[in-house]
Amino acid sequence: MGPPRATEPGPGAEPRLEMSTNLPLFPQQASSQAGQVDAIYFFMVAVTAFFGLLIATLIVIFSVKYRRRSDDEVGVAIHGSLALELLWTIIPFFIAMGMFAWGAKVFFDLYRVPAGAMEIFVVGKQWMWKVQHASGQREINELHVPIGRPVKLIMGSEDVLHSYYIPAFRVKADVIPGRYNTMWFKATRPGTYHLFCAEYCGTKHSGMIGSVIAMEPADYQAWLDGGKSEDTPAAAGERLFTSLACITCHSGDASGRGPALAGIYGHEVELQGGGKVVVDDAYLRESIVNPQAKLVNGFPPLMPTFQGMVSEEQLLQLIAYVKSLKGPAPGGAQPPGGPQSAPAPEKK
Amino acid sequence: MDAPALNYLNNGHGAASWLLTRDHKRIALLYLVSITVFFVIGGAFATLVRLELLTPAGDLMSSDTYNKMFTMHGVVMVFFFLIPSIPAVLGNFLIPIMIGAKDLAFPRINLLSWYIYILGGAFTLVAALSGGVDTGWTFYTPYSTAAANSHVMTAAIGIFITGFSSILTGLNFIVTIHRMRAPGMTWFRLPLFVWAHYATSLIMILGTPVIAITVLLVAAERALHLGIFDPALGGDPVLFQHLFWFYSHPAVYIMILPAMGVISEIVQAFSRKNIFGYSFIAFSSIAIAVIGFFVWGHHLFVAGQSTYAGLLFSILSFMVAIPSAIKVFNWTATIYKGSVQLDSPMLYAFGFLGLFTIGGLTGLFLGAMGLDIHVHDTYFVVAHFHYIMVGGAIMGYLGGLHYWWPKISGRLYSEPWAKFSALMVFVGFNLTFFPQFIAGYLGMPRRYHAYPPEFQVLNVLSSAGASILAVGYIIPIVYFGYSLLAGERSANDPWGARGLEWEIPSPPPTENFTVSPIVTHGTHQYEPSKEVGIA
Repeated sequence: MGPPRATEPGPGAEPRLEMSTNLPLFPQQASSQAGQVDAIYFFMVAVTAFFGLLIATLIVIFSVKYRRRSDDEVGVAIHGSLALELLWTIIPFFIAMGMFAWGAKVFFDLYRVPAGAMEIFVVGKQWMWKVQHASGQREINELHVPIGRPVKLIMGSEDVLHSYYIPAFRVKADVIPGRYNTMWFKATRPGTYHLFCAEYCGTKHSGMIGSVIAMEPADYQAWLDGGKSEDTPAAAGERLFTSLACITCHSGDASGRGPALAGIYGHEVELQGGGKVVVDDAYLRESIVNPQAKLVNGFPPLMPTFQGMVSEEQLLQLIAYVKSLKGPAPGGAQPPGGPQSAPAPEKK
Repeated sequence: MDAPALNYLNNGHGAASWLLTRDHKRIALLYLVSITVFFVIGGAFATLVRLELLTPAGDLMSSDTYNKMFTMHGVVMVFFFLIPSIPAVLGNFLIPIMIGAKDLAFPRINLLSWYIYILGGAFTLVAALSGGVDTGWTFYTPYSTAAANSHVMTAAIGIFITGFSSILTGLNFIVTIHRMRAPGMTWFRLPLFVWAHYATSLIMILGTPVIAITVLLVAAERALHLGIFDPALGGDPVLFQHLFWFYSHPAVYIMILPAMGVISEIVQAFSRKNIFGYSFIAFSSIAIAVIGFFVWGHHLFVAGQSTYAGLLFSILSFMVAIPSAIKVFNWTATIYKGSVQLDSPMLYAFGFLGLFTIGGLTGLFLGAMGLDIHVHDTYFVVAHFHYIMVGGAIMGYLGGLHYWWPKISGRLYSEPWAKFSALMVFVGFNLTFFPQFIAGYLGMPRRYHAYPPEFQVLNVLSSAGASILAVGYIIPIVYFGYSLLAGERSANDPWGARGLEWEIPSPPPTENFTVSPIVTHGTHQYEPSKEVGIA
């Protein structure tokens, strides 16, 4: 892999220069997780080779040694051996349980996002990957990331299932319409790496590819600064919050007909009909597209659905805006007090 | 040697005597012909896929066409070849004979299930001829319900219908094995082939209704816009994956368990020795059928499934590997101190042992959660399940077909050609699918019409292997055909094997046994025994 081509978008970033006669046998390791995944892979290859060769060797030896020497020859009747059955049940069992535990540990390490991870929004649609960085920088079918820093991708889909896959990082997660899936990685080596869609998504599934460009932090900063300035997702979300008239009800003061949102992210709210929920990306998303699903206690079911009115990207921007609101919560989610006497005027 | 004067093949002539037959042996032949036709069709789709993948660019056909090719390959091979293959042909032919019965419990239902299979197959062929389906054989939502513009409904109806054929066959086998055993044929004297089919039948009748329901729900969403799986209609796309794999993972055991039954028989016959660890092999089939129902979630480790659910599915997936390991060790031990003859069925059985071992162990790679994240939906998965389905199930099917061919047709086939084709299948198979493990770990996703150039060498190897494999599959069609017309007549027991099926004439009379047998011991007793033989 060549040096990162920091600001050059488009097909030039794809590693298309190899002769088609080269025969790679093993993928590059370019993330902090790659080594862990490869270690369990090599262990399992060794186990497979051992048992494969064991069975093959025994078959060859027995076939030669006990080959039929006359037409009426028969074998020796042996009905079995409990000791052997136990041996070849218990040993594979413990090997299998070891593999399970190891695989589960690696999974948890790949699943738990370290604190302070940099968040990047990804939206998949037939057949492209749209990305927006926290600073507002956008890109399509590319992803620029700094090395040495955990990066968390928050991913949604505008249409069908996709799957975000970076082989050199050994990470993959399905991108699912109607909900968010996340994944994280820490790139370790600067370079340009394949990005694939791994879940079949229709005609141009094999064209839904791109590049992940891992850069030295300084280069990454330069790349961010070099882009044309755009609103951050939070700023774009703030504009949407006004233009969609969310602010009318979520006014943030005691007169608001919806819960005040400042500081609400990451805190628990009480739900109507009992129960609590932590306000996270998934809950905020649901509350926008299906507001009646989990109402905050004390608020009337007034909010209309915004399904179909906001795109996946706009949803992510609205959520980024809510996240950015610092405030006195969780008290902010309290109802205005008293019974909801006022008849609700039409929204908008 | 002369054929018996009256046997099931010459007892009645003309189309009606076949199309309206209630003889399990004739119905088995109806299945043999029809699944061979579907195998050739499915193979043609695979050939086009492998031709396209010779070059990195998608230059032979359009992306839409390519997507239809791999979809139709999967649908035809899974639902119309692999699932019916061993049970409907060899199981149908042999189970009544092996247990000393004159027929299955429900001969008319047996014929009905063939007609249902043909009707389902007709829908699928209509879907293929009228433009094809492009959803992948997995029909994942919401693509299949909301986005795909191809003939999803027709193909889905075909799969829905064919499922009932599978259910009826399973039901017939279970009742037959419970109720129709000859006097003295106790459960632990049953040939292991019968045990394997009993376990398979359990999966068929418990699992298949779920795929039927799932397909109906897909149809309801696609046609009536009922929100079940599509989030735009308020549905949950991952729910589909749970329902689909609840059937389709056990369906893999529908394919492999009968092959395991075949291998148990062949290994005994060509070692002239009874099986090592009979009850362990018998019960491991049941264990696979039962545990196999609780592992489906290992297809969803990257689909946003709860981590704790993932843990359970992972540990159960490792557990279902243990009974398979037990079988492999017992088969190998059976050869020890045998009288081993490497005739073509035994070559297929050895091929099965090697390929199934690799296929099974690479399945553990996919059950290990942290490793599955990387290899999920890559060619590693494609290679793994072809080692099980082709290296396992088809090797078992071909081995069984060679082993019982003299009984089925009453004639012998060319053994040198059979050995040659077994070798071609083994070499061609490995050359086709081993490179796909490497391509998969490198990160090549499955279902890719075009791919980055660095994967080309591996794909060329794979396509070259496929051409060898194709030759290995075509040769048997030729020599079996020749055998039917002009092959040497076979004795009742050409292999010197033991078992009820080898004591009756080749080909068998319509009623199988002129005198109902009384069984005094299990199959494959070769050593002169204190017990007397079959009375």
